[in-house]
Amino acid sequence: MNAIEELPVWAAILTSALLLLGSSLALIGSIGLLRFKTFYERIHAPTLGSTLGLFSILAASMLYFSIARTRPVVHEILIGIFVTTTTPVTFLFLVQATLYRDRFEGSDPLSGLSEERQSVKTPTGS
Amino acid sequence: MSRWLPYPVISAMLLATWLLLNEDLSVAHVLLGTVVAIAGSWVLVRLEAPPLIFRRLWIILRLALEVVVDMTRSNVRVARLVLKDKRDRTPGFVRIELSVRSHYSLTLLACIITATPGTSWVNYESTSNVLVIHVLDLVDGDDWGQIIKVRYEGLLKEIFE
Amino acid sequence: MSGLILTIALTISKGFLTLAMAASALRILRGPRAQDRVLGMDTLYVNAMLLLLVFGIGSGTTLYFEVALVIGLLGFVATVSMAKFLMRGEVIE
Repeated sequence: MNAIEELPVWAAILTSALLLLGSSLALIGSIGLLRFKTFYERIHAPTLGSTLGLFSILAASMLYFSIARTRPVVHEILIGIFVTTTTPVTFLFLVQATLYRDRFEGSDPLSGLSEERQSVKTPTGS
Repeated sequence: MSRWLPYPVISAMLLATWLLLNEDLSVAHVLLGTVVAIAGSWVLVRLEAPPLIFRRLWIILRLALEVVVDMTRSNVRVARLVLKDKRDRTPGFVRIELSVRSHYSLTLLACIITATPGTSWVNYESTSNVLVIHVLDLVDGDDWGQIIKVRYEGLLKEIFE
Repeated sequence: MSGLILTIALTISKGFLTLAMAASALRILRGPRAQDRVLGMDTLYVNAMLLLLVFGIGSGTTLYFEVALVIGLLGFVATVSMAKFLMRGEVIE
């Protein structure tokens, strides 16, 4: 734990702020996942943790290790790139599967859409 | 060039990944990484991926900046929606007629829309070029088709088409 | 001084991320449909990865970084194959 004590105070404060921002965003996202009522709403909540939440924790890690080791440590960028490219793909697959299953069960959520009606509002309670 | 190095951009990305993963810039790792990168791009030949051509590099940077700003803004908005849980929030589906058609533009657009909290890509029909997205809070007066067109479609067209 | 600030922040964010994992685990248990459970599992993966990164800062080793990387990639493969299973009833066609 020597490395932590030798850190300049500004770096410690910045790292702590980034850590708190990232973890609270991940928590809010998971609460949203628990709170929202339909699947299509729930898909929006985890993206909080996987975009800005992830970026701030990665930035905290990069800042901390770069200063503690007195050389730039940037391999956290890799996790950022992998997760930002893979999370949309998983969500796309999940939404496709849900749409397919909804249609299979006979309730197409997109049936109200046509060239005249550009948007359909869905009730929150269902 | 085209036979030994079919996808130069993707090979360069693979090499960068290899070097980042090993955190080492020595000659040995650069050589090994180059071998891995070139062999990896041969796999794509078997998959018959369309060639990746970037038109203007600085427009990619502008798009990235746009996405980062947009993502931050919608993170704040969605976080507020989760915490307040307001009753009159109206989620819904929006139908958008797209004008971009190339594979890479559509892929990138799908990733951007899904990664941004508050909007997600639901369905796309290639025959009519119509996209359906789901929006967490449909505020009256927000024209999502116009927003997607103005923010991303123009830039994507300039990059890939 | 800086050690105290960082230790407090690390403890709080570990707590937050643990609560986030609990929330997504609750979504896996509650369902109601299979796709909700898969979405909960994907969130659990991401939260676990973030928790490992925070552990890495706390311990000062980059070992946790590699674990986080592997968890991120495995989570992607797992979720995609489950989504594919939900859609077609089989993973590899």
